[in-house]
Amino acid sequence: MPALPDGVPVPDDGALPPWVAGPGADGVARPRAGGLGMYVHVPFCSVRCGYCDFNTYTAAELGGGASQVEYASTALREVGLAARVLDAAGLARPLSTVFFGGGTPTMLPAADLARVLGGLRDAFGLAPGAEVTTEANPDSVTPASLETLAEAGFTRVSFGMQSAAPHVLATLERTHDPARIPDVVRWARQAGLEVSLDLIYGTPGESLDDWRASLETVLATGVDHVSAYALVVEPGTKMHAQVRRGMLTLPDEDDQATKYELADELLSAAGLTWYEVSNWARDDARACRHNLAYWRGDDWWGVGPGAHSYVGGPDGTGVRWWNVKHPRRYAALLADGRSPGAGRELLTAQEAHLERVMLGVRLREGLDLAVLDERGRRAVAGLVARGLLDGVAAVRGHAVLTLRGRLLADAVVRELTS
Amino acid sequence: MPIPGPALSARIQPHSTAPELIRNFCIIAHIDHGKSTLADRMLQLTGVVEPRAMRAQYLDRMDIERERGITIKSQAVRMPWQVGEDAFALNMIDTPGHVDFTYEVSRSLAACEGAVLLVDAAQGIEAQTLANLYLAMENELEIIPVLNKIDLPAAQPEKYAEELAGLVGGDPADVLRVSGKTGEGVEVLLDRIVERVPAPVGDADAPARAMIFDSVYDTYRGVVTYVRVVDGNLNPRERIQMMSTRATHELLEIGVISPDPITTKGLGVGEVGYLITGVKDVRQSKVGDTVTNLAKPAAEALGGYSDPKPMVFSGLYPIDGSDYPALRDALDKLKLNDAALNYEPETSVALGFGFRVGFLGLLHLEIVRERLEREFDLDLISTAPNVVYDVTLEDRTEVKVTNPSEFPGGKIREVREPVVRATILTPSEFVGTVMGLCNDRRGTMQGMDYLSEDRVELRYTLPLAEIVFDFFDQLKSRTRGYASLDYETSGDQAADLVKVDILLQGEQVDAFSAIVHREKAYDYGVLMTAKLKEIIPRQQFEVPIQAAVGARVIARETVRAMRKDVLAKCYGGDISRKRKLLEKQKEGKKRMKNIGSVEVPKDAFIAALSSDSSGAKDGKDKKK
Ligand SMILES: Nc1nc2c(ncn2[C@@H]2O[C@H](COP(=O)(O)OP(=O)(O)O)[C@@H](O)[C@H]2O)c(=O)[nH]1
Ligand code: SF4
Ligand SMILES: [Mg+2]
Repeated sequence: MPALPDGVPVPDDGALPPWVAGPGADGVARPRAGGLGMYVHVPFCSVRCGYCDFNTYTAAELGGGASQVEYASTALREVGLAARVLDAAGLARPLSTVFFGGGTPTMLPAADLARVLGGLRDAFGLAPGAEVTTEANPDSVTPASLETLAEAGFTRVSFGMQSAAPHVLATLERTHDPARIPDVVRWARQAGLEVSLDLIYGTPGESLDDWRASLETVLATGVDHVSAYALVVEPGTKMHAQVRRGMLTLPDEDDQATKYELADELLSAAGLTWYEVSNWARDDARACRHNLAYWRGDDWWGVGPGAHSYVGGPDGTGVRWWNVKHPRRYAALLADGRSPGAGRELLTAQEAHLERVMLGVRLREGLDLAVLDERGRRAVAGLVARGLLDGVAAVRGHAVLTLRGRLLADAVVRELTS
Repeated sequence: MPIPGPALSARIQPHSTAPELIRNFCIIAHIDHGKSTLADRMLQLTGVVEPRAMRAQYLDRMDIERERGITIKSQAVRMPWQVGEDAFALNMIDTPGHVDFTYEVSRSLAACEGAVLLVDAAQGIEAQTLANLYLAMENELEIIPVLNKIDLPAAQPEKYAEELAGLVGGDPADVLRVSGKTGEGVEVLLDRIVERVPAPVGDADAPARAMIFDSVYDTYRGVVTYVRVVDGNLNPRERIQMMSTRATHELLEIGVISPDPITTKGLGVGEVGYLITGVKDVRQSKVGDTVTNLAKPAAEALGGYSDPKPMVFSGLYPIDGSDYPALRDALDKLKLNDAALNYEPETSVALGFGFRVGFLGLLHLEIVRERLEREFDLDLISTAPNVVYDVTLEDRTEVKVTNPSEFPGGKIREVREPVVRATILTPSEFVGTVMGLCNDRRGTMQGMDYLSEDRVELRYTLPLAEIVFDFFDQLKSRTRGYASLDYETSGDQAADLVKVDILLQGEQVDAFSAIVHREKAYDYGVLMTAKLKEIIPRQQFEVPIQAAVGARVIARETVRAMRKDVLAKCYGGDISRKRKLLEKQKEGKKRMKNIGSVEVPKDAFIAALSSDSSGAKDGKDKKK
């Protein structure tokens, strides 16, 4: 699991620093242009996958309010806290997006997820047309559970499919049966849910043909949204140890680049266009609005152990905080009426700028060049010349990555912020 | 009582000590064989340093020396010692111990009548000591062989006494056994010095002639010049003349060191002491020069003077280009204290503005670089050291090449390179290995002798360039550290040499150009291209690395273009970590050096430029 960042303490009552809510330079309170998103972390899985470094636990009984059966109630305590804190800052407003992630949210009974969503609705209200997504493991849903979710107000489900190749799933230690994919997609659609399939490429032992087959399987289901991530083997995971001991061989970055290019080729040919470096959708309306909010720098609150939150201030900087990681400690703090925040960072103008560029550039809508400082703007021409930024977009005032640029996005960000 | 009382001391006052009561000696020893420690004991026993003022390595004044255990600048200490009913003035002249300073060693030796040959009783004699011993014998010094560290359990005094006796003549039983650490045997050694070292002889009435055997720049006093008076005498307030340059100075101060400077009424025949004239640059007071009296000048200088000649060159560049003026100032300052240091500005495509600096040898190079970095707080890149080549073109114009990248490209009639006479001492089991190495390095064997049953002396002539190119490291590693090396320059030779250029993306990286024997051009090309391939991270474009002789490419590697540099996932919980990663990467960029459009990590670049490809570690290793 990645360690939590270093930060300064979060006050016991979780209060935001006053300047975040304060008026802008003109003395007028800032109208909130962006929406407010809510992320709910569900820290449970049936088994831990070999490559997983998420904050998740496999024991049903963690005790002390952290057990699976008590989790909805515990999470709702933080929802209450969130409402108080945002209210106090004058920043509470109906939620434009809600996203349940994990872990495996569908480890909880659909009724529990519905209860948490209900609590959010009571505390904040849902904006008209709000997007409500849950991640799900293909083997932890049924037609009935999907129905329940849809009825409770969920609009979208994102399945962790990862691969169509059984041997790749085995290496990843994913337990689901790939043959179930078309079924779960059909059930979800019948329940009226939008569906996304999530893929991983670059797993040890995955051939280019394996990857092509996975993409074709996805396309055959006719889904409107696909995410594809290059496998990153984080230190501390079981897979990391296997690689170190020579039991697994990681594919090199060329292999991952080739697979990315193949994905983009097949997905675009099937009418799915990239809207973020690792995300493709049939049209703008099918993009995941919750995730877009992260990349656009909107406000969002993360509920659950280890979850991060971010609220921007009127001057373009903002405050980010993160919760304690262990569910038991998390539950204990909330039971005590205290914020579960482990630490927070008050972004400097420079940090906020770097984040804005780093996130904005990942989107096909691109980054407004006016955001860049002079050195950054001067770097644009070179990036266009080297085929990393789209020339037409640049002329129109936006930094938009080319296909090659998407693969070298971090290098582009470094140049734009040097 | 070995420390003379007041009555006797009166007879050995500087300026009025009869030459018969003077003994001038030096200690010849390999690094770490215990010279400084023995000197400490002598200072104590003769009472010139009080017990409570004593500290280890008393005479090693420079920090850098103390830390690295090397003695760069000599000192001359006057110590009283009584034998029987007579008091004597002993002048101990500390000699530098490294090959780079052979000339300085020879001048120090010329100031003495005797030498203590100090050898670690657990190690035996080393090649460098042998070289200095030869020098001492050539100067007809009385040699007193001494085994040190006899307190060590690993000491083998019998074995090495025999070795020493075999070298200097005499009976192994006469080889003194001492311990600088415990002091055992040191009194006997002082007595032996009085007994065996001849008193100096000179003409007290002749015009003054004193030989400069060292000159040191002192921030407060200006240049302090160490001299040995041969004829006549020198007195305060006189005007003196340097015989090589005819420059004249006023003698502001004259004195002896015991162990702190003590001004005296002057210095007479056979005496050793210091002069201060107010000059600010050691070049005005050259080692080996003869000092005379302007009013009554000597007709002829003492023999043996020669100008220091740089043998090894290296480019020194500030890592941060804006440090260039600071580097220039620092070199200007060091020069005041180092007559052998010379430099010229140069520019390199790869490295920017810097200097081409000439050194006496690799250790000298390293000392200078270290002082620049430490005393002047500069971060430097030094290019692989090279020797100087005399190139004659077809049209018979002659070019001196001190920077390989300036090696002429056109038709060449002849290239001459410096050669050295090398002496290698090795356990006999490694003789084959050492011969193999010398052959590889274009060496010619001159002779071989057994010092003892299992120790062999090999004599070779070798191109200096080969020594400079990691010879010492190779020798050490192939003999498990047992072999030792000494060399002295010995003219030059014609050789079939070519320049190998290294090109990144078709652009020559001047700092990597090297002049090598034609038969080794390919090896060098393969080595350097492979090394560069390792240190150059993938760029956004393909980077060809080539080695070329003239227009002909002899080796090639390619760094393939980087295709992926993006973190796939970047959601809410990833942002902070990802931002920090980018910040770190951007910070890392500052540690990159741009060569053309290729970004190379500075550290790796520096390592490739300087480490393996040079023998500059030679000095460091010797300290172990
Ligand atoms: N055991 C022992 N060690 C000694 C003796 N003399 C010197 N050493 C040690 O040998 C090392 C080198 O001594 P040093 O006087 O610096 O040698 P230099 O390089 O010749 O000046 C130091 O660690 C000394 O403490 C000795 O007589 N006995
Ligand atoms: S399902 Fe996801 S969160 Fe759970 S262990 Fe596997 S990778 Fe980790
Ligand atoms: Mg010493």
